Parts: sequence; C-alpha cells; structure tokens
Amino acid sequence: MTVAVATTAALALGDDALVLSHRLGEWAGHAPVLEEEVALANIALDLLGQARVLLSMAGDEDELAYLREERAFRNLQLVEQPNGDFAHTVVRQLYFSTYQHLLHARLATGDGPFAPLAAKAVKEVAYHRDHAEQWTLRLGDGTDASHERMQRACEALWRFTGEMFRPVEGLDVDARALETVWLESVTGVLSRATLTVPEGPRSGAWTAGAGRQGVHTEPFGRMLAEMQHLHRSHPGASW
Amino acid sequence: MTNTDWPLWEVFVRSRRGLSHTHAGSLHAPDAELALRNARDLYTRRGEGVSIWVVPSSAITASSPDEKDPFFEPAADKPYRHPTFYEIPEGVKHL
Repeated sequence: MTVAVATTAALALGDDALVLSHRLGEWAGHAPVLEEEVALANIALDLLGQARVLLSMAGDEDELAYLREERAFRNLQLVEQPNGDFAHTVVRQLYFSTYQHLLHARLATGDGPFAPLAAKAVKEVAYHRDHAEQWTLRLGDGTDASHERMQRACEALWRFTGEMFRPVEGLDVDARALETVWLESVTGVLSRATLTVPEGPRSGAWTAGAGRQGVHTEPFGRMLAEMQHLHRSHPGASW
Repeated sequence: MTNTDWPLWEVFVRSRRGLSHTHAGSLHAPDAELALRNARDLYTRRGEGVSIWVVPSSAITASSPDEKDPFFEPAADKPYRHPTFYEIPEGVKHL
C-alpha cells in the first residue's frame, strides 16, 4: 500500500471523527439533562482522540483541522448534519456509530495501517453504538411525541447513509458486506423501537453523498467557521 | 437546563477487585439500564472502577438524624469493641 493511498483513507476517517466530535461538542451547555451532556461530551472526546491519530497519519493535525478549506474536508455528509433536536442527534449517532463499529471491528483484525487504532477505537465505538441504540429504543417506543420526532429524524437522515458504503481508496474492507450487516442491524433496532424503516433511496442520483469528494452541505461551512475561527485569528495560540 | 421527573439513583463503584463497592454519588435516569450507563459516564471516566451498581434512591432506608443519639451514642464509650488488640498478619491488605 502506498503512502498516498493510506493518506486518503486516513483523511476520510479522521475527518469523520473530527467533524462529528465537534457537532457533539456543540451540545455542551444545551443537552436536555446534565447526565446526557456528559455522555455526549465523552463520546465527542473519544472521537477527537481518534481524529488526532488519524490526521497525524495524514500530516500535521492542527494544520489539517484548522487551516483547510471546506472543499478539502473528506468527511461524510452525515456527520456534518446539524444536531437538530435530540432525536436527530440520536439517529445520527445510531446510523454512524453502527457503521463505525462494524468498520473498526474489521480493520482491527487486519494487518493494515489502521489496525492499531481500530483495536482501541472498536471498544470506544461499541459504547457509542450501545448508547445510541438504548436511546433509539426508549424514544422510538416512548411517547407519541418522542416517536414522531424519532421517525422524522430517521427519514431526514436516511438519504445520507448510502455514502458510508462507497469504497474508500486505501481502506481494505468489503463495503458491500459492511452495508448488508449495517442494514440488518439498523433495521433490527428501528423495528424493536417500533419505528418504520425509511423507504427512500440511500444511493443514486437523488441522494446525498459527495462528502468524500469534498462537496459538503450548507451547514458545514458555518460549523467550520466556528471551529477554525480561534486558530485563524490567533495563529499558533496555545493554552 | 430543565429538570426532569426522572427518578434518582445512587451509584456504587468497585474500584478494584477485592474491594467492596463504595458510594460514589447519585444521578437522574429514566430506568436502570440508562442509570448504569450514566454512572459509567459520570463516575468512571478516569479509570475509577471495574464494576458499578445502581440502586433506586427510593429503595434506600436511611437512619434519621433525630435517632442519632439512641443509634450511635452508646457505642462511643466501649473501646473494648475496637479490634485494636490484634496484630494484623503481614500480607493482609485492605483491612
């Protein structure tokens, strides 16, 4: 495997972790309850740790995080979607952490450049997945209001899920096989939560998903501006 | 941040094998499963534990401050109840 190819994959996975970490961090001070705020912050910090390792494989972590333009980011469009209400955040977590858990479990058993990171990350991500599933079950099978919000979030984010299973250069996994297991797992959780699995397309002309090529949705630019503002205003600032 | 009407839970954490669970604090959670997860996030994030118990606070019967004297005062002047007359064998930890 050439270095350049590993860099492409490291950027893709690193940007996923970095961007989702920032989104989850936005809940600080706003989460519905204190306990949940700490839980989301913990997940965000796990992801930030993974992002640092991955971006360091691709270059200078600070430069990559703080000085790249929007079009240079390679994260999935799913992870950059705004937090919305708590249901949106839970469903985004369910869709992404299920994928990330399956992916890292596979990477950890291989001997590629990501195996050491994946071996550590797979335990962290297993907890993220459990957290999302627990909330999906409770909110989906909760009150009429929580069920309706969850269903709305499931539908809204569904079209972003196909992108996770496009092959990434340098990532030695069978994306199709991953997708089959993912669908099975998510369908199972949604059904147990009395939610309807969305019927819309997950890939094709009318779905989202060019994040890996650097095309991002509108809210991403604003998120990036906030994330990079301090570093750009005060280059080299440190604690 | 709005308060919820979630019940209160008491959290007990075992820090190492061989030690007993000790009270770490309390938290709010809608049910036992989530209470356990919240406890993990609130009380073991710096590697404090190997096992967690959560107990509904309502299930705990506590002694009342009013009963302090009849409960505890009589023990104060009975030093012969303290195990200070043994030598502790070497190698016994956590006594």
